[in-house]
Amino acid sequence: MNWIKNFVRPKIRGLLGAKREVPENMWIKDPETGQMVFYRDLEANQFVVPGSGYHMRMAPDIRLKSMFDDATYQTITLPQVAVDPLKFRDERRYLDRLKESKQKTGQDDAVLAGSGTLDGLQVVIAVQDFAFMGGSLGMAAGEAIIVAMRTAVQKRCPFVLFASSGGARMQEGILSLMQMPRTTLGVRELRAAGLPYVVVLTHPTTGGVTASYAMLGDIHIAEPGALIGFAGPRVIEQTLGVKLPEGFQRAEYLEEHGMVDMVVHRHQLRGTLSRILRILTKEPPLPPLEKAEDSGDKSEEPAALAPAETD
Amino acid sequence: MHSYLDFETSIAELEGKIAELKALAGGSVPISDEVKGLEKKAAKSLADLYVNLSPWQKAQVARHPDRPHTIDYLQGLITEFSPLSGDRKFGNDQAIIGGLGRFRDSPVMAIGLEKGHDTQSRLKHNFGMARPEGYRKAVRLMELADRFGLPVVSFIDTAGAYPGIEAEERGQAEAIARSTDCCLGLGVPLVAVIIGEGGSGGAIALAAANSVLMLEHAIYSVISPEGAASILWHDAGRAKDAASAMRITAQDLKRLGIIDDIVPEPVGGAHRGPSETVAATGDAIARALNSLRELAPDALRAHRRDKFLAIGSSLPG
Repeated sequence: MNWIKNFVRPKIRGLLGAKREVPENMWIKDPETGQMVFYRDLEANQFVVPGSGYHMRMAPDIRLKSMFDDATYQTITLPQVAVDPLKFRDERRYLDRLKESKQKTGQDDAVLAGSGTLDGLQVVIAVQDFAFMGGSLGMAAGEAIIVAMRTAVQKRCPFVLFASSGGARMQEGILSLMQMPRTTLGVRELRAAGLPYVVVLTHPTTGGVTASYAMLGDIHIAEPGALIGFAGPRVIEQTLGVKLPEGFQRAEYLEEHGMVDMVVHRHQLRGTLSRILRILTKEPPLPPLEKAEDSGDKSEEPAALAPAETD
Repeated sequence: MHSYLDFETSIAELEGKIAELKALAGGSVPISDEVKGLEKKAAKSLADLYVNLSPWQKAQVARHPDRPHTIDYLQGLITEFSPLSGDRKFGNDQAIIGGLGRFRDSPVMAIGLEKGHDTQSRLKHNFGMARPEGYRKAVRLMELADRFGLPVVSFIDTAGAYPGIEAEERGQAEAIARSTDCCLGLGVPLVAVIIGEGGSGGAIALAAANSVLMLEHAIYSVISPEGAASILWHDAGRAKDAASAMRITAQDLKRLGIIDDIVPEPVGGAHRGPSETVAATGDAIARALNSLRELAPDALRAHRRDKFLAIGSSLPG
């Protein structure tokens, strides 16, 4: 079968009317300080806890809306892949875990990708969803990343990846490991086409994802406090029997050790991406008026943050 | 004397008895019928046992301390070997060794993950768990080979890349990613052989190859059976189940289209016939290199790309 062959998948969200985990009138706890925040306040602040500045996870569709002009984008149709080819079962069946994640997130797998414009510049953006089995990289996610990268190549536009993943999806065994060279081939196609590839590392990104496409960007941006590494901290602690130093494997640590170009607060992220991508694609700078809109630290236009409409 | 694995106790008993009888008889007396009978029995049990090894038993064979390691393959297959050291950036990681040499008279670059064979050498090679500078050395050597048109042969034998503080500090993930990237971009043939353990990203970094060969009882997996057991079953003792569920054997991986060829091992595993194993591996490498010989640099890159992109596309489900 040709891998390019696309199947339109049933819109599970539409059929089941699946809802996001978090009802909009709920209080959310800052995992670091314990501070309670009203969901709507959090949403209005791009899911950054107002007091502590803690960057909460963002659902992939909300992330895409926050990046594209007028919160509008075209969803990239992702190819169907073999489901559970190993007939994997641990304490539970992999098929059941998949089903549960689909219901929980309303997504088919851990990657959502869209194309649209960012300050008028055509871009393709892919987002990994940690809520879907830890954002793990299996065949579906690997194929999704490749297809999204190839869409950028077809459109001759930059590709932006929001990485978030615990690593390879163990339930797909070696087939998940193979996504490391496969996605790397996607990066190579972007490179060959001379197109910018910017990685935004969000909390957390580890394992096979950092050890492949997420560490091969032209530019690496990390969100504050994001855990980024190869081996997870628990594995290191268990292997070495040591306590890890404060801030180890956090975004700021990676910047200090030369692995990311910059740590950027979510409120400045869109403006930063816009600026960098326009330079790399040799587009003229934005007129001062539009530029001002993005430079404000707390006043990202609320339109971009409106609750996601289910499509 | 072999070190026996847990599941080899019946063989150990038989072979122990044979050795005992032989010692009692002394060297001068012709071997008795009893010993001959026992030898026949031991050989048959060994053959039967090894035909039906479970994935978890294979994992133990793949990690057998007497199994030939990268160093043995370099000694057995590469003449005029000139080891090359260092990544020119930070240090020289001995978990990855490599250098220039001749394979059946033709110049090659040989690279491999080395576990070591005794306490001292295991420490020196960090048990085959490479740090970023190891992968960066591999990249340096592969690029060197590319520049001079030398085919690259890689030997994979690692539990995984080293999960340590300083490895993280120096960008373990990036080093692995760049190494895989480098493999995929080579304009020269790259043949990888999984000789023992092909552990996760630490293995794929040197195995994104035109041809991936695997020894009959080697294993290749996304995470160690113990690791998968402790994460998915919350019990490292379930490694046996994890080994089966993940499909880590050469036979399974050939069926899944992940590897190209299986190199047969002597009855009882590579450790019972190291030179035989090394020679058979040499033949398989020669066949693989020969099939790639005519391809131009772009064709080699396309061959590698098409091969990896095709993985998974013909699976049912």
